[in-house]
Amino acid sequence: MSDIKSKIKEFIIDNFLFGDADGLNDETSFLDEGIIDSTGILELVNFLEEEFSIAVDDEELIPENLDSIKNVAAYLEQKIKA
Amino acid sequence: MTNTKFSVETLKVNPEKEVDKIIGQIRRLLTTRLKRRGLVVGVSGGIDSSVSLALASKAIGPEKVLALLMPERDSADETLDLSTLVADHFKVEKIHENISEILKAVGFYSRYDNAVRQVIPEYNENWKSKIITPNIIETKGFSLFSIVAKPPEGEIIKKRLPLKAYLEIVAATNFKQRTRKMLEYYHADRKNFAVIGTPNRLEYDQGFFVKLGDGAADIKPIAHLYKTQVYELAKYLGVPEKIRKRPPTTDTYSLPQGQDEFYFSLPYEKMDLCLYGKNNNLAIEVVAKALDLTIEQIKRVYDDIDTKRVTTRYLHLSPLLIEDVGEITVY
Repeated sequence: MSDIKSKIKEFIIDNFLFGDADGLNDETSFLDEGIIDSTGILELVNFLEEEFSIAVDDEELIPENLDSIKNVAAYLEQKIKA
Repeated sequence: MTNTKFSVETLKVNPEKEVDKIIGQIRRLLTTRLKRRGLVVGVSGGIDSSVSLALASKAIGPEKVLALLMPERDSADETLDLSTLVADHFKVEKIHENISEILKAVGFYSRYDNAVRQVIPEYNENWKSKIITPNIIETKGFSLFSIVAKPPEGEIIKKRLPLKAYLEIVAATNFKQRTRKMLEYYHADRKNFAVIGTPNRLEYDQGFFVKLGDGAADIKPIAHLYKTQVYELAKYLGVPEKIRKRPPTTDTYSLPQGQDEFYFSLPYEKMDLCLYGKNNNLAIEVVAKALDLTIEQIKRVYDDIDTKRVTTRYLHLSPLLIEDVGEITVY
């Protein structure tokens, strides 16, 4: 789990924040904090599909799965198990 | 207005007063700010560019306005006829610039086809296609774009677009709006004219334009008007009925594409009311009742409005400087 979280965090910091992680924690809402916009969601989905060899289904494209490091990690954990 | 009477009637304007206000401003801006002698308007045969052409003509006289007709291979069959109709109707000089050859030279068609082939390998130039987004009224999740493609014979294929293909399709398609704008400024420069931009309020607010494409202009005379109001002005200005009755279309992809399957959550009449309700802090129950939608659905539309504002904010920005250059005042 911590490995998944750190990979997600690294991607978010590197791809969206140019290395500046100030204020980002596991529960920070990407949308509320303006870290990710709608194109950013597509970038995140692309990363998850490539990095973790999964397919994100249409019905899984919801904030509960994608809007914080914690949410993404929880989603990935159950997705990988399934 | 009271909340209980909220309806399409709320958006009614006095067309005569509104037109007088706009044409007065156009004249003032041309003489005091832009210092140009006339106006170029790219016309598509749609309602917004037709109203903009009519306003330009009324403001400074048809002889000082140039209408550009710029269809290309994927444009709808009626595009050229309707844009000719409106230019002739308002007695404005028109120039027909078919942009297909320019688009071919910059590789638009092959770049677009290659991007689509990333998800549909059998796609070729004989197919037709468009991109669409799910209706957020019916889905509660994030809306990602899909490609819809139709072979000359056979079934329509629909596939969700991955990041690279999506960005490449949009980037290639933006050549169309930028090519048109390049030609508008070519003709504006050679005549010492300014260029009209034709977004209505929905498009301007929600960033439904291409940066340095249809988003580029010197005056945007209807950017403050809801689309419903643009139709009202169209009637008052005498825009031909054929144009007023035509359903809004993007006229950008080779398959017909409504604006509400590509960008907006709802047809423009309803989208106008949602945007007005949100902008004017009307009770959400009142907006829901007027549109015959649930409160939850209106909330989704409001969220979508906010998301689009955030996502497209950069389209509105002028180039950003690291420090002010005090000698250059933007006024």
